Amino acid sequence: MTDTRWRITVDHDVCIGSAVCAGTLPNRFKIVNDKSVPVESEVEPDDDVLGAAESCPMEAILIVDAGTGAVLAPEV
Amino acid sequence: MPPIEQETSILSMDPPEHSRLRKLVARAFTARQIERLRPRTQAIVDDLLDRMIAAGSPADLAESLAWPLPITVICELLGVPVEDRDRFRVWTDRLLSLSGTEIEQTMQARESLDAYLADLIAQRRVEPTDDLLGQLVLARDEDERLSEGELVAFGVTLLVAGHETTANQTGNFVFLLLDQPQLWQQLVGDPDLVPAAVEELTRFVPLGASAAFARIATEDLELGGRLVRKGESVVTTIASANRDETVFDRPDEINLTREQNPHVGFGHGVHHCLGAPLARLELQLAVGTLVRRLPGLRLAVPADDVAWRVDRLVRGVRALPVAW
Repeated sequence: MTDTRWRITVDHDVCIGSAVCAGTLPNRFKIVNDKSVPVESEVEPDDDVLGAAESCPMEAILIVDAGTGAVLAPEV
Repeated sequence: MPPIEQETSILSMDPPEHSRLRKLVARAFTARQIERLRPRTQAIVDDLLDRMIAAGSPADLAESLAWPLPITVICELLGVPVEDRDRFRVWTDRLLSLSGTEIEQTMQARESLDAYLADLIAQRRVEPTDDLLGQLVLARDEDERLSEGELVAFGVTLLVAGHETTANQTGNFVFLLLDQPQLWQQLVGDPDLVPAAVEELTRFVPLGASAAFARIATEDLELGGRLVRKGESVVTTIASANRDETVFDRPDEINLTREQNPHVGFGHGVHHCLGAPLARLELQLAVGTLVRRLPGLRLAVPADDVAWRVDRLVRGVRALPVAW
């Protein structure tokens, strides 16, 4: 059991609404007005969320550790 | 046409298997990574046009630019020797053919491509490379992140999808721009419009010659007000969605300065084109360089005499005779 939480944000200036994320993880991302929006902005650690961020063609999905602020995705 | 069994293609897989494979190469195709290929891609375009111009007007733009550009780029990215292109083009050409009478040839083409990729993979096990194919071999051998069959199929898919699409659309785009010279002149007058023009042409010009792949419902769902039951197939028509009058103002008109352009020319959802950033780069550089270097470009034959490929999955000109 861990208290770590991950914060998900999508940069709407960059997102092109490809829906790779929403198609992969419909429980985590949805498309609203042609842009991706996280279903919940804070989630428990979930490798699938990292995978979705890494699969974004625009690298528009930012995952940070809510406690430390460390960037978990995208990779630099 | 009888079905061809092909279980391991990323084109038809569902998550989580699809996500596992896509993730392996997604980083190589992000907009940021692809941007790094811009100088090299521009150099390839310039080299091809140097040769076309040196050979003199008229020329076949399809063979001079539209085909060799994406073939060269995807070969360099994957690590496929570009000098083998005449060999694998015969196979990929056959693979995308829809003529039902020669199914054995289609199967044979697939086997030839599989064997060709398997050979390149084997070479990388002797001598590792840092190209995309080499990275996939490492993902297989060191981390077991994909099976041997998936590795070969992935290589084939990347090679075929990596050039057939852009090659055909480059010819289609330039044909349309030269057939409607006011559009060409608009770009000549303002080359900064090229990226928006590529988006608009991706919306307007259908790539598929037929409906897209059938998608099979994995659970009951309501779609467009109708119940689709688990196991039933849905055939979407991207070309129709791209002319949706509830989304696009004057959808049947080409507007190179269209501001809101949420087209689905690269698909939508998990199967959204992996190579979209690369396709955009190649199309922008091909059209943009032509506009800049050959502003007087025109069709060398009447538009009706331009021959089109038939019975293929993707639309495209057989040849595009141009003069300048």
